[in-house]
Amino acid sequence: MTNRTYDILIVDDEEVIVNAINVIARFGEYTTLSASNPTEALRLLEETTFNLIITDIMMPNLDGFQFLEIINKKKINTPVIMTTGYSTLENAVQALHNGAMAFVPKPFTLEELISVFRRGMEYSKIFAQQKLGTSSELLSIIPCPPRYSRLGFDSWMNEEFEGTATIGVTDIFLNSVGNLESVSLLNVDDNIYQGNTALRVTDSNEHIHQVLAPISGKILSVNYKLIENVNLLAKDPYFEGWIYKVIPFSLESEVKKLTSCSSDI
Amino acid sequence: MKLFNKIGMRLILAVSLTVIIIVGIFAYFNVQAHSTNLIAEVERHVNQLSETVKNTMQYDMLQNNREHISRIINIVGKEECIKNVRILNKQGEIIFSTDSTQIGQMLNKKAESCYACHAENEPLQKLAIKERTRIFRPTPVDSRVLGVINPIYNEKSCWDADCHAHTQDQTVLGVLDITICLREIDAQTEESKMSVALFALFAILIIAIILRIFVKILIQRPVRELLKATNYVAVGNLSHRISSTRKDEIGQLANSFDNMTSKLAEARMQLFQSDKMASIGRLAAGVAHEINNPLTGVLTYSSFLLKRVKDNPEMKADLEVIVRETKRSREIVKGLLDFSRQSTPKSGKVKIEEIIDNAVAVISNQLKINHVELIKNLSDSVPSITADPNQIQQVFLNLLINAIDAIGKKGGTIVLSSKEVSLSPYGVVQIREAQCPKGHSFIDDEHKINGLPSIKLKAKSGMNEGFIHLDPIYGKHQHHYGIQFSDGEIIHLHCPICGVSIVDEKKLGPNCGAPTYSLIIPGKGKLEGCTKFNCVWQKWDFVDSEGKLKFLEVRIKDSGCGIEESYLSKIFDPFYTTKGQKGTGLGLSVIWGIINNHNGKITVDSTINEGTTFTIHLPVGND
Repeated sequence: MTNRTYDILIVDDEEVIVNAINVIARFGEYTTLSASNPTEALRLLEETTFNLIITDIMMPNLDGFQFLEIINKKKINTPVIMTTGYSTLENAVQALHNGAMAFVPKPFTLEELISVFRRGMEYSKIFAQQKLGTSSELLSIIPCPPRYSRLGFDSWMNEEFEGTATIGVTDIFLNSVGNLESVSLLNVDDNIYQGNTALRVTDSNEHIHQVLAPISGKILSVNYKLIENVNLLAKDPYFEGWIYKVIPFSLESEVKKLTSCSSDI
Repeated sequence: MKLFNKIGMRLILAVSLTVIIIVGIFAYFNVQAHSTNLIAEVERHVNQLSETVKNTMQYDMLQNNREHISRIINIVGKEECIKNVRILNKQGEIIFSTDSTQIGQMLNKKAESCYACHAENEPLQKLAIKERTRIFRPTPVDSRVLGVINPIYNEKSCWDADCHAHTQDQTVLGVLDITICLREIDAQTEESKMSVALFALFAILIIAIILRIFVKILIQRPVRELLKATNYVAVGNLSHRISSTRKDEIGQLANSFDNMTSKLAEARMQLFQSDKMASIGRLAAGVAHEINNPLTGVLTYSSFLLKRVKDNPEMKADLEVIVRETKRSREIVKGLLDFSRQSTPKSGKVKIEEIIDNAVAVISNQLKINHVELIKNLSDSVPSITADPNQIQQVFLNLLINAIDAIGKKGGTIVLSSKEVSLSPYGVVQIREAQCPKGHSFIDDEHKINGLPSIKLKAKSGMNEGFIHLDPIYGKHQHHYGIQFSDGEIIHLHCPICGVSIVDEKKLGPNCGAPTYSLIIPGKGKLEGCTKFNCVWQKWDFVDSEGKLKFLEVRIKDSGCGIEESYLSKIFDPFYTTKGQKGTGLGLSVIWGIINNHNGKITVDSTINEGTTFTIHLPVGND
């Protein structure tokens, strides 16, 4: 195999899924290679550079999580999208916690996957710059305050007072989305669950991106200012751009699946 | 079982032993007294005889007419039972005797005839009759004899007599000694001993028979029933009931056993159901994974095609159906996964017409095949409700499929109608707070009824005491009873914390005239209810006066075969099915659960061969 760069590496043991993802990737004008198992994928990764990896979780022999672990160990900084038919919240949280950039439950629509692919490509660029240490772009990403915790690269949580917590979206997520068009929020008294969609962000290309909630809880108040001025989100994602204040259900156990932002700096 | 191990046998043995001891003691004293009486009688009789003989002989003795005396003694001695009549003189010489061989013998002062007076050195002169008698056996083989000695005292006529045989200073001149046999008395005593023994034997026999019968009726039979029942339970038959009508301890034991068995059966059923739920959960997880992969193919390709046929509106519409329905399948599978983890409904504002239209679209083919005409009388003005659209759609889908099944192949109609109604809060409003007069809260967060914290009260029924958990929905009456009550029983209710009675004996319920209980609802007046078991009267003036609540009412009426009245109360129970192998029995219970989760109500009405109507009420912006 020549040393050229492909956009997406598809890893799935089912041919119909590989083909379906291929169809969507082609529609989005991405170049792809596919592997039917992680071992084969790792071989491809040695020879070829990819911008993005999309992998199934439930596969014989090596599963998606083990595959992700090997990638992390090998310091391959290609963003990974995880997908599975066994789409439980636990799997979603685990995927983000283990370093996947996104979790997409099966079955997905073309639009859903295209949105994630677009974001993935942006992540790829950011990761590459981080590796090279190019500072000009990197500086535009506001770091998450040290006492915050985050779920993957999606959302953050800050325990404010005893019994309440504020949640929001990380700047890296917003950066990958690009220009924001609108947000759709849940209502006061609604419940959010860790790993479930907490809000949807629409970009200027009308792609809808889903942000997974960092913790479970009952929504106490909603930052309705975001509806009027969606750019507040990107301007000050960690303070003025908060999304919900919630009463957490089981913070203690859920925090284990979060990453402390103090480790980022 | 060994004979001695039987409870009846043991009882009989114990009672027999007691009877033997009691009758034995009684008989001993009885026979003793009897024989004492007889002997006293004989003594008196002999003494009389002795007096008579002595008096008869007085003249002869004065005349010293010895021959005559001897004759009298012989005549008296001829009496069969009179063993011996003899007269001893002062020196102890036998001077007269019926036994002529004894005449002339000298008796020692220690002989049994003399001993009574001559025990001391100075002989006694007067003796009571008791001391003058003696009972002895002349020889060991003889029967007992009774001897009475009668002292012959010196009298004036004796020392004045011409013979001058006796001087004036002598007191006792001799002794008349009569001995008579006691054979008859002994025989009588023996006989009464025998009869007492016979009586004891007879008593034991009768007691044993009576005990046997009572033990059989009172203990053996019910114990055998219990034993049989425990064996049934041991082999897993939890539907067996003893149904004892007895009021005694064994009857109570049997009732308690029945109660335990039914509780066990319930627990087993619950265990069975949760087990079933758990397997459904595991199955769901597996199915979710297996179905989601092929669905991915369908959804990606159809959404891809949808992008490519923008110019072909006809095809676009068709593809949209595929995408929409696949998305719905996705939600159903997600629902299955959520079901195994008991998630709460995803609420949003929904229009009921849209949900019904979506449900009808799915089964339109089945309607056609079964020649079912669907008539929709949906009101345009009904407000939207807050609900989980997927769950509500599942409700309508299930009800429509049931309706089609009920109609069968012969064809018929289904009428769907909706309207906004105002309903009394009865059976809808949740009691969130309740107190006793001393301010103790009745709300029990640990014990929930249909997912809501219940109202915990202490209840007394006869000797039993336990807790009742009242349904927190005003007028709903799905109470949980911790102890057993008989139908129509008046239940005494108390605060579980301070024990104060919350029953007002004077205020009687309008339905059955039984006393009422009242719960204080802080800030909202009080809630009253009837204390009679199974009476469903409840009244909460505060809420009633607030007026009616708005509901969306949807009716699904079919012209099918109808449901038998006896089944109506059971159709919302989990795993109850009339479809046999065709159904899981989960449909209507799941529907009930969904409507209940939405704070709504579902009721059913049915007439055989005319059809069934399901009525659903969902709250509109209440709270």
